[in-house]
Amino acid sequence: MGLLTKKDASLILDPLADNNPITIQVLGICSALAITAELKASVVMAVSVMFVLGAGNVVISLMRNIIPSKIRIIVQLIVVATLVIIVDQVLKAYQYELSKTLAVFVGLIITNCIIMGRFEAFALANGPWKSFLDGIGNSLGYGVILIIVGFFRELLGSGTLFGIPVLGDPIEKTGLYATGYENNGFMIIPPAALIVVGIIIWVQRTKNPALVEEN
Amino acid sequence: MAIDTDKNSYTVIFAALMVVVVGSILAFLASALRPNIEENERFEKQQNILYAMGVHQNGDDAGSVNFIPTDKVEGEFKNYIKEQLVIEGDKTSANEEAYLIDLKKQLAAKKKGLPYKLPLFIGEKEGKKFYILPMYGKGLWDAIWGFVAVDDAMTVQGVFFDHKAETPGLGANIKMRYFMDDFSGETILKGTQYAGISVAKGNNDPLNKTKDDNEVDALAGATITGNGVSAMIKATVNLYKPFLETIRAK
Repeated sequence: MGLLTKKDASLILDPLADNNPITIQVLGICSALAITAELKASVVMAVSVMFVLGAGNVVISLMRNIIPSKIRIIVQLIVVATLVIIVDQVLKAYQYELSKTLAVFVGLIITNCIIMGRFEAFALANGPWKSFLDGIGNSLGYGVILIIVGFFRELLGSGTLFGIPVLGDPIEKTGLYATGYENNGFMIIPPAALIVVGIIIWVQRTKNPALVEEN
Repeated sequence: MAIDTDKNSYTVIFAALMVVVVGSILAFLASALRPNIEENERFEKQQNILYAMGVHQNGDDAGSVNFIPTDKVEGEFKNYIKEQLVIEGDKTSANEEAYLIDLKKQLAAKKKGLPYKLPLFIGEKEGKKFYILPMYGKGLWDAIWGFVAVDDAMTVQGVFFDHKAETPGLGANIKMRYFMDDFSGETILKGTQYAGISVAKGNNDPLNKTKDDNEVDALAGATITGNGVSAMIKATVNLYKPFLETIRAK
């Protein structure tokens, strides 16, 4: 018997495509718009969310039978916030440089609707192992979109990838810029992310018409 | 035994317990890690001050910011920073721990009309004197701060900016070298006035060749953070004006 049953594997794989948190469930759009102006920030955010969602789903799943339903949202919030703060404090004490990079993401992680959404929709009704897989799967699906959007926004908006110039120097006019190409300043402002996400959704629904809602 | 999780009494007890448990975990963690965190913050301040006066390990390419490593920073800080001053009203006194003064608290005290202290550092490198002023201001989302080093003629020798929560890829780029490096060589004087340095959009000088225009090129998509930087520099220069006057008079 493999480590993952077929059902378990689909928990990880489904959110990557046909049940993607951003393009299908439309969760976590806010952070997808806010931090995808560069690729590095997208990757950092994807990894952070993977950790918090994986761990948070397990904790909520373990507590699912004792959480009073009236205050379950507050309980979920406390769990996320506690996890994030613990990670932040430990990093500050032992990996100070890394914690500086992550500091801006802390608030964005706590309020990320994917996290609350998966707690509410999955972890409250399923066991810890399944919830863990669901958390990893959804954060991967989220991360994939973030990285695609970050890739195009940084490439077209700044002409760099991970901060490294790949199209030449826009001021000295070398490389591609010598031909008259210019960076598109629009790509680094948040509305551009909306358009890139829109194009991804369009491509995805064209390839798989079953995803299109009927009117 | 099935618990009735809908009962009010259960809800209240659960909430109270959760607060106690989470509160003690966080309180324990915070006090256990505090010494480490404080030490890291102390080293960071020393690194930032040294960075502003050009003591760093940056390569020649306009790449990443490389501080003096944490294990050496304490020694280098003693080597390069010759004097640490605290300005309190008209009095100026030397204080070995001036760099630990929290400028945020001092500015808050000033706002309330209470007495306040301003730290200032005098560094010396290759026979040249640097006057390093700490800065504190507001960006788009939260605090921004930094250090600016000037010489006797009020020409900026280097700056360092940092921020708490500016947008990654946009306002957060104030701590990138291509932004900070532009400030070197600019003057904070306009004629005899202390004008500071503005972060300007469309100043028609993206290569930053004009050094006497009190302007550096702005970051696209980060207007409010940029305005915050301009305001912060201006406020700092005004705050330290009496002291800067005495340097210029020498």
